[in-house]
Amino acid sequence: MSSSTEIIEQGGPDARARPAPSGGHIGDRVFRGMSAGAGILLLLIMAAIAAFLIAEAIPALQGNKANFFTTTTWNPDGEPSVFGIAALAFGTVLTSLIALIIATPVAVGVALFISHYAPRRLAAFLGYVVDLLAAVPSVVYGLWGLIFLVPVVQPAWQWIHDTLGFIPLFSADQVAGKSVLTGSLVLAIMILPIIAAVSREVFLQAPTSLQEAALGLGATRWEMIRMTVLPFGKSGVVSAAMLGLGRALGETIAVAMVLPAAFTVSFQLLNTNGNSIAANIANTFAEAAENGRGALIASGLVLFVITLVVNMAARLVVVRNRGDA
Amino acid sequence: MNGISLARRIKDKAFLILVCLAFVIAVVPLVSVLWLVVKNGVARFDAEFFTHSMRNIDSTDAGGGAYHAILGTLEMVVLASLIALPIGILTAIYLTEYGQRNRLSRTISFFVDVMTGLPSIVSGLFILSAWILVLGFGFSGFAGALSLSILMMPVVVRSTEEMIRLVPTDLREASLALGVPKWRTIMRVVVPTALPGIITGVILAIARIAGETAPLLLVCFFTDSINSNPFAGPQVGLPQFIFQQAGKPDPTAIDRAWTGALTLIIIVMLLNLIGRAIAWWKAPARSR
Repeated sequence: MSSSTEIIEQGGPDARARPAPSGGHIGDRVFRGMSAGAGILLLLIMAAIAAFLIAEAIPALQGNKANFFTTTTWNPDGEPSVFGIAALAFGTVLTSLIALIIATPVAVGVALFISHYAPRRLAAFLGYVVDLLAAVPSVVYGLWGLIFLVPVVQPAWQWIHDTLGFIPLFSADQVAGKSVLTGSLVLAIMILPIIAAVSREVFLQAPTSLQEAALGLGATRWEMIRMTVLPFGKSGVVSAAMLGLGRALGETIAVAMVLPAAFTVSFQLLNTNGNSIAANIANTFAEAAENGRGALIASGLVLFVITLVVNMAARLVVVRNRGDA
Repeated sequence: MNGISLARRIKDKAFLILVCLAFVIAVVPLVSVLWLVVKNGVARFDAEFFTHSMRNIDSTDAGGGAYHAILGTLEMVVLASLIALPIGILTAIYLTEYGQRNRLSRTISFFVDVMTGLPSIVSGLFILSAWILVLGFGFSGFAGALSLSILMMPVVVRSTEEMIRLVPTDLREASLALGVPKWRTIMRVVVPTALPGIITGVILAIARIAGETAPLLLVCFFTDSINSNPFAGPQVGLPQFIFQQAGKPDPTAIDRAWTGALTLIIIVMLLNLIGRAIAWWKAPARSR
């Protein structure tokens, strides 16, 4: 399709060489200019986001009496102003990575179920059901997590602590329903649909000839999937997981409602630990004075950069694959 | 199947069970969320909830409603759509019809992808710093709409682009061959052909931003009263209302939060169903 549209493409350097259709000359230029302008506006918005965040963050960072990257406390409006991103960035990355570890295997299973196991007629409907998970607003997950999930998981976490407490990850002074693991669980539910949807698309593109050949040679369905579908879809799953990670890192309200907002750097998943950059912005913005706002904007800038890197990496994996195929 | 060894058959069945289990695990939270929202939400799903605000109502008081928040969400979503739709659709037209694989379109395409992953709270921080702190405008529903529009744009671009790419090249060539200028071909032939798909994408994008909370917390401030003017004074959206009520310890407030969640889910699910119904209803027509 692309080659034939390029033939009729009027824009570009050769546009002036061809006689324009009568009456369409000005209209074409205006319309082309408008659509290009809209695209450029999008680029400008992205640039402006970075520029304004930096501009508003600088005064607060200059007034900061502590090292922004290594300090764990958050007291930007105090005298002296002391705040750092360490605990928040650590919490953000920790909860998101655990969410990813929980969500990815389930999402790959769901994707395979829909692409290779479910009856064809049902598959579209089941895919829609999983997509519905993504349609539930994050504040509703937060409410569900806060009121329902936190009390429900408390005994389960206690049990994990009692049986596996010798592992440092599961040790705790006081097992809490509002803990890193609970936050990760809610995040896992929220990123599962996107990982499943992208993986499903990749699995559906696995070459049918190879799959039929494997089955023809007497492979069982699992062997066929392991030998043809999974190797083909591996990098697709990686980029899907990274898109999910990007989503998890920036998730705000659900995490703000479920995590205990503690400023600690600790791997104790069941203790009253856990916070995130986004959750901290949502929780403390209302009380922040001028300097506090600047500090929160600075933390948002860090979040912006982290998600930017993760998303770009995910897209590069996708693009590289497209090039191979 | 007789020649297959027992171990291989067991592995095959074990994987089948694992995959089915994964699907069940994925659906359990969805069912749980929907069930609890409906069960706890119906208690306050009454006329007062939809006709009253929270003005002069303490969190321990029964009664009160989300009229002000529902109104706020509707106004913000409409304003955000008015901003994001023209920009998003025009950008998609540029990417598909004009800038085929030139450097500008590749750059735009890349940054649209990046923008899709922009955390919603960052779009709120951007409007806070640009619109409120630097330009000096006050907290308002319009500021909320601005931040929502930033989240909406990349979604609209992607879905519109996908739909326009499905329009057969023959249609464009036929129109151009008749001497119709390119821009009229796009407006009269390409866009109308892709319209049902574009509408579906737009509705899904609206469903996505209607449930966004984070940016509103930063740029709309908060109010318990009805403010029908999105351009002046604090305004509150339905997701903010849920967040605020859920943060209080009183059962009366929690009940209001659940009913707010039920209302929001009904709005979002209805939008999803309408969007997908249009896609499903128009899909056979396209291949005819």
